[in-house]
Amino acid sequence: MSKKLGFIVNPIAGMGGRVGLKGTDGQMILEKARQLGAVPESPRRSAIALKRIICIKENIELITYPHEMGEDEARECGFNPTVIGSIRLGRTTLHDTENAAKEMLRLGVDLLLFCGGDGTARDVYNVIGDEVASLGIPAGVKIHSAVYATSPHNAGDLAVACLEGSSSGLRLRLAEVMDIDEEAFRDNRLSARLYGYLKVPYQRRLVQSGKSGSTHEEEASIDAIASDVINNMQDDCLYIIGSGTTTRAIMEKLGLENTLLGIDAVYSKKLTGLDLNEAQLLKLTEGTRAKIVVTVIGGQGYIFGRGNQQISAKVIEKVGKENIIVIATQNKILSLKGNPLLVDTGEDKVNQMLGGYIKVISGFNERIMLKVAT
Amino acid sequence: MKSQVKLRKYHAPVWSEPIIMEMSHRGERGILIPIAEDEIKTAIGDAESYVPEEMQRKELPKLPELSQPQVLRHYEHLAQETLGMEENIDISQGTCTMKYSPKVNEILARTPQIADIHPLQDEDTIQGVLQIIYQLDLFLREISGMDQFTFQAGGGAHATYINACVLRAYHDANGELGERNEVITTVFSHPCDAATPNTAGFKVITLMPDANGYPDIEALRAACSKHTAGLMMTNPEDTGIYNPRVEEYVKAVHDVGGLCFYDQANLNGIMGVARAREAGFDACHFNLHKTFSSPHGCMGPACGAYGVRNKLAKFLPTPLIGFDGKKYHLDYDRPDSLGKVREFFGNVQVLLRTYAWIMSMGADGLLEAAHVSVINNNYLSKLLMAIPGVTKRYAEDKIRLDQVRFSWEKLEKDTGCGTLDVQKRMIDFGVQSYHTSHHPWIVREPFTPEPCETYSKEDCDYWAAVLRQVSWEAYTNPKIVKTAPHNAAIHAINRDVLDDPKRWAMTWSAYLKKVDNNR
Ligand SMILES: Cc1ncc(COP(=O)(O)O)c(C=O)c1O
Repeated sequence: MSKKLGFIVNPIAGMGGRVGLKGTDGQMILEKARQLGAVPESPRRSAIALKRIICIKENIELITYPHEMGEDEARECGFNPTVIGSIRLGRTTLHDTENAAKEMLRLGVDLLLFCGGDGTARDVYNVIGDEVASLGIPAGVKIHSAVYATSPHNAGDLAVACLEGSSSGLRLRLAEVMDIDEEAFRDNRLSARLYGYLKVPYQRRLVQSGKSGSTHEEEASIDAIASDVINNMQDDCLYIIGSGTTTRAIMEKLGLENTLLGIDAVYSKKLTGLDLNEAQLLKLTEGTRAKIVVTVIGGQGYIFGRGNQQISAKVIEKVGKENIIVIATQNKILSLKGNPLLVDTGEDKVNQMLGGYIKVISGFNERIMLKVAT
Repeated sequence: MKSQVKLRKYHAPVWSEPIIMEMSHRGERGILIPIAEDEIKTAIGDAESYVPEEMQRKELPKLPELSQPQVLRHYEHLAQETLGMEENIDISQGTCTMKYSPKVNEILARTPQIADIHPLQDEDTIQGVLQIIYQLDLFLREISGMDQFTFQAGGGAHATYINACVLRAYHDANGELGERNEVITTVFSHPCDAATPNTAGFKVITLMPDANGYPDIEALRAACSKHTAGLMMTNPEDTGIYNPRVEEYVKAVHDVGGLCFYDQANLNGIMGVARAREAGFDACHFNLHKTFSSPHGCMGPACGAYGVRNKLAKFLPTPLIGFDGKKYHLDYDRPDSLGKVREFFGNVQVLLRTYAWIMSMGADGLLEAAHVSVINNNYLSKLLMAIPGVTKRYAEDKIRLDQVRFSWEKLEKDTGCGTLDVQKRMIDFGVQSYHTSHHPWIVREPFTPEPCETYSKEDCDYWAAVLRQVSWEAYTNPKIVKTAPHNAAIHAINRDVLDDPKRWAMTWSAYLKKVDNNR
């Protein structure tokens, strides 16, 4: 049976960028972008990805939405797609993306390839969660989400590897869907948050020659990090566990229930709270020693302020800098490309306090020195 | 720059050689051992009785059963299918210093005086060998500024491990081991500088490079504390960039009571130019199988010569070789020694080759080797940087020492052909595939050639011409690159399985078990 590839293009993604707007979510902004002479980025970029996939055209069924939402690009690249649904030409909205994703989920696609930016990823996430593998072709103005391939070209190659299933180096992982509050962003206030996780394929970068004989596996490092944290856990201390897949591994290793997006707490290796808010955290830390365990959220390096918002400035102040444990795999650290870690707790004083170098746990008994920018 | 170099046509023999275990025939023998004559039997008795009963095998070992010509053919085939050091211009293995090892030293190493002696022989009968080792120690002291060497380590990482053990012993002797449990290293040092202290029980703290490619010194200062046991680093690092502020790093660690170890496995670029002692280090090591012209023996036999300052000498492995002015002896009476990391006193043949090489080069020769290797490297670098798609990371205007970390990131973006593709295609022109990097996740699409002093200008020209050709192909006919190698003994293999433990089998019996389980 041939594999099914779902393909959705957000036709207006990326329009704001060239004309100096910061995103195209919202009809007003879109009109403004058009007036400023913006042209969409997504047709060109999604075509680059599709051209990488054309080599397996005979073995897959490409399912897409009409016209500018995928059909045009697919035909232009030489596919003979199955077109579903209907749209109002030139007037598509996020609901079209959602409807398309819903329909494709129902049709049982093996991979959902979508082209857009953070907003598009969020729309897709709202519908499919982590039920089916998906992958983004980057075209949007804002890309903070980790669900996008590094380039359209790469997105195509990953899709092929995923559909062919030939490459055992291919893995699926949960990657962050981040989005910014666009209103605030245009006012030059940056405030992004973690919306959830999509299940995306990735190719481990195995460029290591046989000579040094070591392999570098994301899963193994996450496991090693969890072992390190657990190994050093003290009994009379509350551990506040931040959101993310890296921190979740600690809970799983301890055999504890947990929330991926939420903040959980552990005392003497037993669960003392799930999905806690700021008030609950302040209450729990009353009269006891506490430590905060967080990982880097998204590709930009935030440890507080984009995700982990429940661990507020007040909570951080109360727990104290010396009791903050940051964990991250080497891969995640390298994806920061030498940039420092970031914090945005909403309180300048607390941001300042968090500045300077910290020893990030990157494996069992392994630390990497990283700077937290102030 | 138009290339004047004529590329050779190369094609490896293809033998589809099976694994030797598959070739085995029950009962086939290489040597038939004659049955002892009756006279001998009566004089000696039953041979089996000489082996203690608990050591006697109950079952025959599962060895391949073949005749001599079959064995010979098998290994000849494998050799022919391999692009070895003696067939190709071996610039490809950056960080490995693939030096030509003069054949005369090979002949020396095979003479019975060295090949047939036993480490348990009476000292009086091996005075010559002990003298060579003793004097080699003196040479290396001169080259490094250290006060005492040990040659017990069977490789570079092994020497690094000794260092980790010395750190432990030193802080233990000072009663501080409980507190000092952190070793600092840099990400562009060899991975063994992190792995071996980790194995020895330390927490390892890694420094990332700053914008110029040097380890971030502010991060180092922040990492130093009363928990610091030591620093273990290379310089130049894998990038080939010499860090001129290395003394400041050493000082920062000394100031908090830590020790500093200089991984000088690849001394080649600064041999005779700069010494570990002057940079302030407490210990260092040399890979004799790199810099000192003993061949790499595929995971040994090799030697990581490890040297320390006086204050650490008492911790070195046992035995060391002493000299009382008349006689050389093995010194086992060393109560503070950390014991043994390997049997006896090292791979003696490697030490002999090193000794012979140093003697033939002289001090001036060693310095010249360093100079030539740096010139070669910078010449090759010029040629490579003119090839479309090649870039180098960090401090682009700086002279590099023994090697350069290049990148095909641009080529990959332009053509879809990355470093692994180029690596496979270059074999088709008769040069072995290059080493990418110990940390391919940092500089993307990396490759690291090392044209040490062995290689002539023509060799460098040829090696660069091969890459120029592959780059041209990537831009004009990427398919030929993507599907390479075409002329090698084995065609493209799926490398993804290489890191999948489920697919590994280290031995034949492990393989059989896995095949069985999958049925
Ligand atoms: C700088 C450095 N240190 C240590 C080593 C380890 O040496 P060996 O492979 O002999 O264990 C190497 C070898 O690649 C190296 O380049």
